Amino acid sequence: MLRTRIIPTLLLRNESLVKTVQFRKFSYVGDPTNTVRIFNELEVDELMILDINATKNNNQPNLKVLKEIANECFMPIAYGGGIRSLNQAKAVFDIGYEKIVINTHSIVNPELIEEIAKHYGSQALIISIDVKKNIFGLKTVRSNGGSKKTNLEPVKWAMEIEKRGGGEILLTSIDNEGTWNGFDLELIKSVTDAVTIPVIAHGGAGCIEHIEQVVKKSNASAVALGSMVVFQKKGKGVLVNFPESSKLEIIK
Amino acid sequence: MITVINYGMGNLGSLINMFKRIGVKAAIESDPEIIKKAEKIVLPGVGAFDSAMSCINKVPGMIETLNHKALVEKIPILGVCLGMQLLTRCSEEGNLPGLGWIPASTLRFPKHQGLKVPHMGWNIARPNSTSKLMLNIIDESRYYFVHSYYVLIDEQSNSLMKTNYGIEFDSAIGLQNIYGVQFHPEKSHRFGMQILQNFAKL
Repeated sequence: MLRTRIIPTLLLRNESLVKTVQFRKFSYVGDPTNTVRIFNELEVDELMILDINATKNNNQPNLKVLKEIANECFMPIAYGGGIRSLNQAKAVFDIGYEKIVINTHSIVNPELIEEIAKHYGSQALIISIDVKKNIFGLKTVRSNGGSKKTNLEPVKWAMEIEKRGGGEILLTSIDNEGTWNGFDLELIKSVTDAVTIPVIAHGGAGCIEHIEQVVKKSNASAVALGSMVVFQKKGKGVLVNFPESSKLEIIK
Repeated sequence: MITVINYGMGNLGSLINMFKRIGVKAAIESDPEIIKKAEKIVLPGVGAFDSAMSCINKVPGMIETLNHKALVEKIPILGVCLGMQLLTRCSEEGNLPGLGWIPASTLRFPKHQGLKVPHMGWNIARPNSTSKLMLNIIDESRYYFVHSYYVLIDEQSNSLMKTNYGIEFDSAIGLQNIYGVQFHPEKSHRFGMQILQNFAKL
């Protein structure tokens, strides 16, 4: 049987890796190629690289850096950031990425989901949903790296993504991201209940128990880890690491 | 020298990266005239069965060249993922005939409670053959899979590896010079590296 995929998720910002708290407060993590090389040696399941500036600055995917990263990866890798056309998606697939991640441009132009799924198959397409609580406590979808409000409701948007051919959903709680306090179990459960495609839970993981909870209670198919795999502990220095296989056994 | 066939579908960059890492010369080729000189062939593939077969059929001389390499010259050939499914007669995914080099057909995963299709992620493949492709492959090795269809072989003697996903299926097959792996060895760390190394040494 399959084991739950645990996916280190690295944030690229101007050719460096950073880590954020609630999509703000950038701390420097390291050089992308060296960091990825360590994750390759740790034999991680899968890797996700998100360029958090690409859409904001209207940049193309940085193919030079992405190619250097791909050369170090002997596991599946996904890339997200600034992809707004089939041609850009193609350029990323061609240099050795299995999956691409789209957020803002799936909202701006939902037909892009169908177009890419038709050409490359749904398995190659992750749609990312960033969710933030508004002042009334209502959880809504944000675009442009969390900076832009939309009227989309997470569950309804997830269902539309599935209908249009999205292969997986990366579901991020902006409020929990980088906090080490655990996932938004309720949000993730509401989405996994509504779709049949895999949901990757993201935002808040601080320990193995959090991963176990989101898999068992919220039915997440996979888990994206940020802070946990790049820092020693909350508030401590950079340490690229990955939980030992034996510790992950409980999650299976 | 390994020739990776480019017929317009498949993640060629990853295969080339992996061969480079293990120090094996490999090149991507799409011209049947050059493929005629190949010593070993990898047939990759991602996507739908019929799209892949029609891409191959569309290139003048491609199918004839491949058939000649596989069945007359009998050079080692490795089908990866969809490339393995193309080795079979046909697939439930499409209507076009496959290459038919290995007596087998490609079927859709049965609906099974709680199991998602595609079968996507890391799973165990257990070797059950003394084939040279399985040299130094440890039991309980894990590999990265992404597929909605699986290969059902006519003769169990052509099975090289078994994997369980609701049903037990053949995740690697082989018949004389022709081999297929359902997973992505180029994306399966040292486990996949070993298989590609074995293939390079055949």
